[in-house]
Amino acid sequence: MARLLSGPPLTAGAESYGAHQQRFGALPAAAARSLIGRLEASHLIGRGGAGFPVGRKWRAVADRANGKAVVLANGAEGEPLSLKDRTVMAARPHLVIDGAVLAADAVGADDIIFYVGAEHRAAEAAMRYALAERAADLRGRARVVQAPRGYVAGEESAAVHFINAGDPRPTTTPPRPFERGVGGRPTLVQNVESLAAAALVARGDDAGTSLITLSGAVRRAGVREIALDATLAEVAASAGGLARPVQAVLLGGYFGGWVDITDLWARPLAPASLRARGHAFGCGVLSFLAEDSCGVEATARIMGYLASQSARQCGPCLFGLGAIDAACRRLAARSAQPDDLKRITRWGGELAGRGACKHPDGATGLLRSALGVFADDYAAHQRGRCVRGAPAAGRPGALAQAVA
Amino acid sequence: MREQLVVDRIRCDGHGLCAELLPEVIALDDWGYPIIKSGSIAPALLEHARQAVDACPVLALKLALVTAM
Repeated sequence: MARLLSGPPLTAGAESYGAHQQRFGALPAAAARSLIGRLEASHLIGRGGAGFPVGRKWRAVADRANGKAVVLANGAEGEPLSLKDRTVMAARPHLVIDGAVLAADAVGADDIIFYVGAEHRAAEAAMRYALAERAADLRGRARVVQAPRGYVAGEESAAVHFINAGDPRPTTTPPRPFERGVGGRPTLVQNVESLAAAALVARGDDAGTSLITLSGAVRRAGVREIALDATLAEVAASAGGLARPVQAVLLGGYFGGWVDITDLWARPLAPASLRARGHAFGCGVLSFLAEDSCGVEATARIMGYLASQSARQCGPCLFGLGAIDAACRRLAARSAQPDDLKRITRWGGELAGRGACKHPDGATGLLRSALGVFADDYAAHQRGRCVRGAPAAGRPGALAQAVA
Repeated sequence: MREQLVVDRIRCDGHGLCAELLPEVIALDDWGYPIIKSGSIAPALLEHARQAVDACPVLALKLALVTAM
Protein backbone atom coordinates (compact mmCIF):
# COMPACT_ATOMS: atom_id res chain seq x y z
CA MET A 1 0.00 0.00 0.00
CA ALA A 2 1.22 3.51 -0.82
CA ARG A 3 2.47 5.50 2.11
CA LEU A 4 3.40 9.13 2.65
CA LEU A 5 7.14 8.51 2.44
CA SER A 6 7.30 5.35 0.33
CA GLY A 7 9.20 5.81 -2.93
CA PRO A 8 12.66 7.31 -3.35
CA PRO A 9 14.77 7.93 -0.21
CA LEU A 10 14.33 11.27 1.55
CA THR A 11 17.94 12.16 0.78
CA ALA A 12 17.05 12.18 -2.93
CA GLY A 13 15.18 15.48 -2.42
CA ALA A 14 11.84 16.43 -3.97
CA GLU A 15 10.15 13.78 -6.08
CA SER A 16 9.47 15.10 -9.59
CA TYR A 17 5.96 15.36 -11.02
CA GLY A 18 6.80 12.65 -13.53
CA ALA A 19 8.04 10.21 -10.88
CA HIS A 20 5.07 11.02 -8.64
CA GLN A 21 2.59 10.32 -11.44
CA GLN A 22 4.39 7.12 -12.30
CA ARG A 23 3.96 5.85 -8.74
CA PHE A 24 0.45 7.12 -8.06
CA GLY A 25 -1.14 7.64 -11.46
CA ALA A 26 -2.99 10.83 -12.37
CA LEU A 27 -4.86 12.87 -9.77
CA PRO A 28 -8.15 11.00 -9.17
CA ALA A 29 -10.17 14.17 -9.80
CA ALA A 30 -13.47 12.32 -9.87
CA ALA A 31 -12.78 11.12 -6.33
CA ALA A 32 -13.21 14.63 -4.93
CA ARG A 33 -17.00 14.38 -4.89
CA SER A 34 -17.13 11.34 -2.64
CA LEU A 35 -13.95 12.16 -0.76
CA ILE A 36 -15.51 13.94 2.24
CA GLY A 37 -17.55 10.87 3.10
CA ARG A 38 -14.54 8.62 2.68
CA LEU A 39 -12.40 10.86 4.88
CA GLU A 40 -15.08 10.70 7.56
CA ALA A 41 -15.17 6.90 7.25
CA SER A 42 -11.36 6.73 7.42
CA HIS A 43 -11.32 8.55 10.80
CA LEU A 44 -8.32 10.54 9.58
CA ILE A 45 -7.57 13.20 12.16
CA GLY A 46 -5.62 16.38 11.49
CA ARG A 47 -1.87 16.05 11.92
CA GLY A 48 -1.16 19.67 12.83
CA GLY A 49 -1.61 19.11 16.53
CA ALA A 50 -5.23 19.80 17.43
CA GLY A 51 -6.37 16.40 16.17
CA PHE A 52 -9.67 17.57 14.64
CA PRO A 53 -11.32 15.02 12.30
CA VAL A 54 -10.39 15.94 8.71
CA GLY A 55 -13.66 14.87 7.08
CA ARG A 56 -15.77 16.91 9.49
CA LYS A 57 -13.61 19.98 8.90
CA TRP A 58 -13.97 19.70 5.11
CA ARG A 59 -17.73 19.27 5.42
CA ALA A 60 -18.06 22.38 7.60
CA VAL A 61 -16.35 24.43 4.86
CA ALA A 62 -18.21 22.73 2.01
CA ASP A 63 -21.56 23.54 3.65
CA ARG A 64 -20.76 27.26 3.50
CA ALA A 65 -18.52 27.50 0.43
CA ASN A 66 -20.77 28.21 -2.55
CA GLY A 67 -17.74 27.62 -4.75
CA LYS A 68 -15.97 30.57 -3.16
CA ALA A 69 -13.97 28.93 -0.38
CA VAL A 70 -10.20 29.06 0.14
CA VAL A 71 -7.85 26.19 0.97
CA LEU A 72 -4.97 27.21 3.22
CA ALA A 73 -2.40 24.40 3.32
CA ASN A 74 -0.63 24.95 6.61
CA GLY A 75 3.09 24.29 6.38
CA ALA A 76 4.16 26.72 9.12
CA GLU A 77 5.82 24.18 11.38
CA GLY A 78 6.56 26.28 14.46
CA GLU A 79 6.83 23.36 16.88
CA PRO A 80 10.54 23.27 17.81
CA LEU A 81 10.75 19.46 18.02
CA SER A 82 8.83 18.72 14.82
CA LEU A 83 10.38 18.35 11.39
CA LYS A 84 7.82 16.21 9.59
CA ASP A 85 5.84 18.95 7.82
CA ARG A 86 8.94 20.48 6.21
CA THR A 87 10.07 16.95 5.36
CA VAL A 88 6.88 15.97 3.55
CA MET A 89 6.87 19.28 1.64
CA ALA A 90 10.55 18.96 0.71
CA ALA A 91 10.37 15.29 -0.34
CA ARG A 92 6.76 14.74 -1.49
CA PRO A 93 5.50 18.14 -2.65
CA HIS A 94 3.16 16.61 -5.23
CA LEU A 95 1.35 14.53 -2.64
CA VAL A 96 0.70 17.72 -0.66
CA ILE A 97 -0.48 19.51 -3.83
CA ASP A 98 -2.70 16.54 -4.74
CA GLY A 99 -4.34 16.80 -1.33
CA ALA A 100 -4.83 20.55 -1.61
CA VAL A 101 -6.34 20.29 -5.12
CA LEU A 102 -8.66 17.49 -4.01
CA ALA A 103 -9.65 19.56 -0.97
CA ALA A 104 -10.39 22.57 -3.19
CA ASP A 105 -12.57 20.43 -5.49
CA ALA A 106 -14.28 18.71 -2.55
CA VAL A 107 -15.17 21.81 -0.55
CA GLY A 108 -15.71 24.19 -3.48
CA ALA A 109 -12.64 26.44 -3.34
CA ASP A 110 -11.07 28.46 -6.17
CA ASP A 111 -8.00 29.66 -4.28
CA ILE A 112 -5.24 27.49 -2.77
CA ILE A 113 -2.56 29.00 -0.55
CA PHE A 114 0.51 27.08 0.59
CA TYR A 115 1.56 28.77 3.84
CA VAL A 116 5.17 27.66 4.33
CA GLY A 117 7.44 28.60 7.24
CA ALA A 118 10.08 31.14 6.14
CA GLU A 119 12.84 29.06 7.72
CA HIS A 120 11.83 25.88 5.83
CA ARG A 121 14.00 26.75 2.83
CA ALA A 122 14.12 23.33 1.14
CA ALA A 123 10.39 22.85 1.64
CA GLU A 124 9.52 26.22 0.14
CA ALA A 125 11.80 25.66 -2.85
CA ALA A 126 10.30 22.20 -3.44
CA MET A 127 6.74 23.52 -3.22
CA ARG A 128 7.44 26.41 -5.62
CA TYR A 129 9.16 24.11 -8.11
CA ALA A 130 6.38 21.50 -7.89
CA LEU A 131 3.69 24.16 -8.44
CA ALA A 132 5.59 25.37 -11.50
CA GLU A 133 5.69 21.78 -12.83
CA ARG A 134 1.88 21.71 -12.61
CA ALA A 135 1.20 25.30 -13.67
CA ALA A 136 -0.85 24.25 -16.69
CA ASP A 137 -3.25 22.18 -14.55
CA LEU A 138 -3.49 24.65 -11.68
CA ARG A 139 -4.22 27.63 -13.96
CA GLY A 140 -3.13 30.21 -11.43
CA ARG A 141 -5.33 29.12 -8.57
CA ALA A 142 -2.45 28.15 -6.26
CA ARG A 143 0.26 30.27 -4.62
CA VAL A 144 2.92 30.12 -1.91
CA VAL A 145 2.91 32.54 1.03
CA GLN A 146 5.89 32.64 3.35
CA ALA A 147 4.83 32.28 6.99
CA PRO A 148 6.76 34.44 9.45
CA ARG A 149 8.77 32.77 12.19
CA GLY A 150 7.16 32.09 15.54
CA TYR A 151 5.19 29.42 17.31
CA VAL A 152 1.83 31.15 17.05
CA ALA A 153 2.07 32.11 13.34
CA GLY A 154 0.82 28.63 12.43
CA GLU A 155 -2.32 28.93 14.57
CA GLU A 156 -5.21 28.95 12.12
CA SER A 157 -6.69 32.36 12.89
CA ALA A 158 -3.15 33.82 12.94
CA ALA A 159 -2.44 32.34 9.51
CA VAL A 160 -5.64 33.87 8.13
CA HIS A 161 -4.87 37.19 9.83
CA PHE A 162 -1.38 37.26 8.30
CA ILE A 163 -2.67 36.57 4.79
CA ASN A 164 -5.44 39.15 5.13
CA ALA A 165 -3.57 41.91 6.94
CA GLY A 166 0.10 40.99 7.31
CA ASP A 167 -0.33 40.45 11.07
CA PRO A 168 0.52 36.91 12.24
CA ARG A 169 -1.35 37.15 15.55
CA PRO A 170 -4.50 35.18 16.40
CA THR A 171 -7.86 36.91 16.25
CA THR A 172 -10.87 36.64 18.52
CA THR A 173 -13.18 33.80 17.51
CA PRO A 174 -15.90 33.31 16.44
CA PRO A 175 -15.91 33.73 13.52
CA ARG A 176 -13.57 30.80 12.95
CA PRO A 177 -11.75 30.51 9.60
CA PHE A 178 -14.24 27.91 8.31
CA GLU A 179 -16.93 30.57 8.72
CA ARG A 180 -15.00 33.69 7.68
CA GLY A 181 -11.34 33.37 6.74
CA VAL A 182 -9.12 34.56 3.89
CA GLY A 183 -10.78 37.54 2.21
CA GLY A 184 -13.82 36.96 4.40
CA ARG A 185 -14.48 33.63 2.66
CA PRO A 186 -14.98 30.20 4.27
CA THR A 187 -11.45 28.84 4.60
CA LEU A 188 -10.20 25.30 5.10
CA VAL A 189 -6.99 25.53 7.13
CA GLN A 190 -5.41 22.09 6.93
CA ASN A 191 -1.97 20.85 7.89
CA VAL A 192 0.18 19.75 4.92
CA GLU A 193 0.65 16.17 6.18
CA SER A 194 -3.12 15.85 6.58
CA LEU A 195 -3.55 16.95 2.96
CA ALA A 196 -0.97 14.42 1.77
CA ALA A 197 -2.78 11.72 3.78
CA ALA A 198 -6.10 12.78 2.20
CA ALA A 199 -4.50 12.34 -1.24
CA LEU A 200 -3.73 8.74 -0.26
CA VAL A 201 -7.27 8.18 1.04
CA ALA A 202 -8.57 9.42 -2.34
CA ARG A 203 -6.58 6.59 -3.90
CA GLY A 204 -8.01 3.92 -1.62
CA ASP A 205 -5.55 4.04 1.30
CA ASP A 206 -6.75 3.55 4.87
CA ALA A 207 -4.82 6.45 6.49
CA GLY A 208 -3.21 3.93 8.81
CA THR A 209 0.19 5.59 9.02
CA SER A 210 1.48 8.84 10.38
CA LEU A 211 4.66 10.86 10.31
CA ILE A 212 6.49 11.32 13.58
CA THR A 213 9.61 13.19 14.67
CA LEU A 214 11.86 11.37 17.14
CA SER A 215 14.36 13.16 19.36
CA GLY A 216 16.13 12.91 22.70
CA ALA A 217 17.64 9.68 24.05
CA VAL A 218 17.08 7.58 20.93
CA ARG A 219 19.86 6.31 18.68
CA ARG A 220 18.53 7.60 15.34
CA ALA A 221 16.54 10.79 15.74
CA GLY A 222 14.54 12.24 12.87
CA VAL A 223 11.37 11.86 10.84
CA ARG A 224 9.76 8.46 10.33
CA GLU A 225 6.50 7.07 9.08
CA ILE A 226 4.88 4.60 11.46
CA ALA A 227 1.87 2.33 11.36
CA LEU A 228 -0.54 3.79 13.89
CA ASP A 229 -0.97 0.45 15.63
CA ALA A 230 2.78 0.27 16.39
CA THR A 231 3.75 0.43 20.05
CA LEU A 232 6.25 2.93 21.38
CA ALA A 233 8.68 0.05 21.96
CA GLU A 234 8.45 -0.90 18.27
CA VAL A 235 8.91 2.70 17.19
CA ALA A 236 12.00 3.05 19.39
CA ALA A 237 13.38 -0.23 18.02
CA SER A 238 12.91 1.03 14.45
CA ALA A 239 15.05 4.02 15.41
CA GLY A 240 17.92 1.84 16.59
CA GLY A 241 16.66 1.61 20.15
CA LEU A 242 17.07 3.92 23.11
CA ALA A 243 20.48 5.47 23.57
CA ARG A 244 20.15 5.60 27.36
CA PRO A 245 17.62 4.51 29.98
CA VAL A 246 14.53 6.67 29.61
CA GLN A 247 12.08 7.93 32.24
CA ALA A 248 9.49 9.83 30.21
CA VAL A 249 8.39 10.80 26.72
CA LEU A 250 7.25 14.20 25.53
CA LEU A 251 4.31 13.18 23.40
CA GLY A 252 2.84 15.62 20.87
CA GLY A 253 5.42 18.36 21.30
CA TYR A 254 5.27 21.55 23.35
CA PHE A 255 1.45 21.56 23.18
CA GLY A 256 1.40 17.89 24.19
CA GLY A 257 2.46 16.40 27.46
CA TRP A 258 4.94 14.32 29.39
CA VAL A 259 4.07 10.67 29.82
CA ASP A 260 5.83 8.21 32.11
CA ILE A 261 7.66 5.75 29.84
CA THR A 262 6.16 2.71 31.57
CA ASP A 263 2.67 4.10 30.84
CA LEU A 264 3.29 4.17 27.11
CA TRP A 265 6.03 1.70 26.25
CA ALA A 266 3.92 -1.32 25.29
CA ARG A 267 0.92 0.60 23.99
CA PRO A 268 -0.07 1.41 20.41
CA LEU A 269 0.26 5.07 19.40
CA ALA A 270 -3.11 5.11 17.61
CA PRO A 271 -4.90 8.35 18.53
CA ALA A 272 -7.94 6.52 19.94
CA SER A 273 -5.75 4.34 22.16
CA LEU A 274 -3.88 7.38 23.47
CA ARG A 275 -7.08 9.34 24.00
CA ALA A 276 -8.47 6.53 26.15
CA ARG A 277 -5.55 7.12 28.53
CA GLY A 278 -5.84 10.90 28.48
CA HIS A 279 -2.95 11.49 26.09
CA ALA A 280 -2.86 13.04 22.62
CA PHE A 281 -0.83 12.19 19.53
CA GLY A 282 -0.71 15.89 18.62
CA CYS A 283 1.73 16.67 15.83
CA GLY A 284 3.59 13.35 16.21
CA VAL A 285 6.54 14.51 18.29
CA LEU A 286 8.14 11.82 20.48
CA SER A 287 11.04 13.07 22.55
CA PHE A 288 12.69 10.70 25.00
CA LEU A 289 13.91 12.08 28.34
CA ALA A 290 16.79 10.07 29.79
CA GLU A 291 16.54 8.70 33.30
CA ASP A 292 19.43 10.87 34.48
CA SER A 293 18.03 14.06 32.93
CA CYS A 294 15.88 16.35 35.04
CA GLY A 295 12.24 16.79 34.03
CA VAL A 296 12.00 20.02 36.03
CA GLU A 297 14.82 21.52 33.98
CA ALA A 298 13.48 20.19 30.67
CA THR A 299 10.04 21.62 31.46
CA ALA A 300 11.49 24.98 32.48
CA ARG A 301 13.16 25.26 29.06
CA ILE A 302 9.86 24.49 27.32
CA MET A 303 7.83 26.92 29.45
CA GLY A 304 10.44 29.60 28.81
CA TYR A 305 10.07 29.11 25.09
CA LEU A 306 6.26 29.07 25.18
CA ALA A 307 6.13 32.20 27.36
CA SER A 308 8.42 33.96 24.88
CA GLN A 309 6.12 32.95 22.03
CA SER A 310 2.94 34.51 23.45
CA ALA A 311 1.46 36.91 20.91
CA ARG A 312 1.19 39.29 23.92
CA GLN A 313 -2.41 40.21 23.16
CA CYS A 314 -4.26 38.59 26.06
CA GLY A 315 -3.44 39.34 29.69
CA PRO A 316 -3.80 35.82 31.11
CA CYS A 317 -1.36 34.46 28.48
CA LEU A 318 1.15 37.33 28.66
CA PHE A 319 1.28 37.66 32.45
CA GLY A 320 0.33 34.11 33.40
CA LEU A 321 2.86 32.36 31.19
CA GLY A 322 5.46 34.96 32.14
CA ALA A 323 4.96 34.25 35.85
CA ILE A 324 4.95 30.48 35.28
CA ASP A 325 8.18 30.79 33.30
CA ALA A 326 9.89 32.74 36.08
CA ALA A 327 8.78 30.28 38.79
CA CYS A 328 9.77 27.26 36.66
CA ARG A 329 13.22 28.76 36.17
CA ARG A 330 13.66 29.33 39.91
CA LEU A 331 12.54 25.76 40.61
CA ALA A 332 14.90 24.36 37.99
CA ALA A 333 17.79 26.35 39.45
CA ARG A 334 16.89 25.02 42.94
CA SER A 335 16.35 28.55 44.19
CA ALA A 336 12.57 28.50 44.48
CA GLN A 337 10.54 30.99 46.48
CA PRO A 338 8.51 29.32 49.26
CA ASP A 339 5.27 29.05 47.27
CA ASP A 340 6.56 28.56 43.71
CA LEU A 341 5.38 24.97 43.33
CA LYS A 342 1.98 25.78 44.84
CA ARG A 343 1.60 28.81 42.59
CA ILE A 344 2.48 27.11 39.31
CA THR A 345 0.06 24.34 40.26
CA ARG A 346 -2.73 26.90 40.72
CA TRP A 347 -1.81 28.97 37.64
CA GLY A 348 -1.58 25.77 35.62
CA GLY A 349 -5.29 25.27 36.27
CA GLU A 350 -6.39 28.88 35.76
CA LEU A 351 -5.20 29.85 32.28
CA ALA A 352 -6.89 27.36 29.95
CA GLY A 353 -9.69 28.83 27.87
CA ARG A 354 -8.65 32.40 28.71
CA GLY A 355 -6.84 33.43 25.55
CA ALA A 356 -8.08 34.30 22.06
CA CYS A 357 -6.22 31.20 20.86
CA LYS A 358 -5.19 27.98 22.60
CA HIS A 359 -1.65 29.07 23.44
CA PRO A 360 -2.27 29.25 27.22
CA ASP A 361 -4.22 25.97 27.05
CA GLY A 362 -1.34 24.17 25.35
CA ALA A 363 1.32 25.60 27.65
CA THR A 364 -0.54 24.85 30.88
CA GLY A 365 -1.48 21.38 29.62
CA LEU A 366 2.22 20.64 29.25
CA LEU A 367 2.92 22.10 32.70
CA ARG A 368 0.21 20.00 34.36
CA SER A 369 1.58 16.83 32.77
CA ALA A 370 5.03 17.70 34.12
CA LEU A 371 3.69 18.32 37.63
CA GLY A 372 2.18 14.82 37.52
CA VAL A 373 4.97 12.81 35.89
CA PHE A 374 7.81 14.63 37.70
CA ALA A 375 5.96 15.14 41.01
CA ASP A 376 8.87 13.85 43.13
CA ASP A 377 11.38 15.96 41.22
CA TYR A 378 9.29 19.11 41.70
CA ALA A 379 8.93 18.43 45.42
CA ALA A 380 12.71 17.96 45.69
CA HIS A 381 13.46 21.10 43.68
CA GLN A 382 11.08 23.13 45.85
CA ARG A 383 13.31 22.03 48.77
CA GLY A 384 16.43 23.00 46.81
CA ARG A 385 17.54 19.52 45.74
CA CYS A 386 17.61 17.47 42.55
CA VAL A 387 17.16 13.69 42.77
CA ARG A 388 18.37 12.83 39.30
CA GLY A 389 21.52 10.75 38.93
CA ALA A 390 22.00 7.04 38.44
CA PRO A 391 19.32 5.33 36.33
CA ALA A 392 16.83 3.10 38.09
CA ALA A 393 16.93 -0.59 37.18
CA GLY A 394 14.12 -2.07 35.12
CA ARG A 395 13.46 0.97 32.94
CA PRO A 396 13.24 0.37 29.17
CA GLY A 397 16.66 1.04 27.75
CA ALA A 398 18.50 0.04 30.94
CA LEU A 399 19.36 -3.30 29.37
CA ALA A 400 20.48 -1.68 26.11
CA GLN A 401 22.89 0.47 28.06
CA ALA A 402 24.20 -2.48 30.07
CA VAL A 403 24.88 -4.36 26.83
CA ALA A 404 26.47 -1.36 25.17
CA MET B 1 -30.35 27.84 25.63
CA ARG B 2 -29.13 30.27 28.28
CA GLU B 3 -27.21 33.49 28.31
CA GLN B 4 -23.53 33.23 29.00
CA LEU B 5 -20.81 35.78 29.69
CA VAL B 6 -18.12 35.88 27.03
CA VAL B 7 -14.87 37.84 27.35
CA ASP B 8 -13.04 39.16 24.31
CA ARG B 9 -9.58 38.29 25.65
CA ILE B 10 -7.73 40.55 23.22
CA ARG B 11 -9.78 43.62 24.19
CA CYS B 12 -9.83 42.93 27.92
CA ASP B 13 -7.31 45.11 29.81
CA GLY B 14 -8.07 43.79 33.26
CA HIS B 15 -9.88 46.86 34.64
CA GLY B 16 -11.81 44.51 36.92
CA LEU B 17 -15.13 46.38 37.15
CA CYS B 18 -17.00 43.26 36.06
CA ALA B 19 -15.79 41.28 39.06
CA GLU B 20 -16.87 44.08 41.40
CA LEU B 21 -20.37 44.14 39.94
CA LEU B 22 -20.80 40.38 39.60
CA PRO B 23 -18.60 38.60 42.16
CA GLU B 24 -20.96 35.59 42.14
CA VAL B 25 -19.80 34.75 38.62
CA ILE B 26 -16.53 36.60 37.98
CA ALA B 27 -13.29 36.33 39.92
CA LEU B 28 -9.99 37.99 39.09
CA ASP B 29 -6.68 36.21 38.65
CA ASP B 30 -3.39 37.39 40.17
CA TRP B 31 -3.01 40.00 37.41
CA GLY B 32 -6.56 41.34 37.53
CA TYR B 33 -7.99 39.48 34.53
CA PRO B 34 -11.43 37.90 34.83
CA ILE B 35 -12.09 34.23 35.45
CA ILE B 36 -15.67 33.31 34.57
CA LYS B 37 -16.60 30.86 37.29
CA SER B 38 -19.79 29.43 35.86
CA GLY B 39 -21.01 29.02 32.32
CA SER B 40 -24.59 30.18 32.12
CA ILE B 41 -26.07 33.01 34.15
CA ALA B 42 -28.85 32.24 36.62
CA PRO B 43 -31.96 34.34 35.87
CA ALA B 44 -31.68 36.13 39.22
CA LEU B 45 -28.23 37.46 38.24
CA LEU B 46 -29.09 38.49 34.70
CA GLU B 47 -29.64 42.15 35.56
CA HIS B 48 -26.28 42.33 37.37
CA ALA B 49 -24.62 40.62 34.44
CA ARG B 50 -26.04 43.28 32.09
CA GLN B 51 -24.67 46.01 34.35
CA ALA B 52 -21.25 44.35 34.29
CA VAL B 53 -21.36 44.22 30.50
CA ASP B 54 -22.31 47.91 30.31
CA ALA B 55 -19.60 48.90 32.78
CA CYS B 56 -16.68 47.39 30.87
CA PRO B 57 -14.64 50.40 29.69
CA VAL B 58 -13.24 48.56 26.66
CA LEU B 59 -16.44 46.70 25.67
CA ALA B 60 -14.73 43.34 26.14
CA LEU B 61 -17.59 41.66 28.00
CA LYS B 62 -20.65 40.33 26.22
CA LEU B 63 -23.75 38.34 27.05
CA ALA B 64 -24.25 35.76 24.36
CA LEU B 65 -26.87 33.12 23.79
CA VAL B 66 -25.03 29.83 23.73
CA THR B 67 -26.62 26.66 22.47
CA ALA B 68 -25.75 23.65 24.55
CA MET B 69 -23.48 21.36 22.52
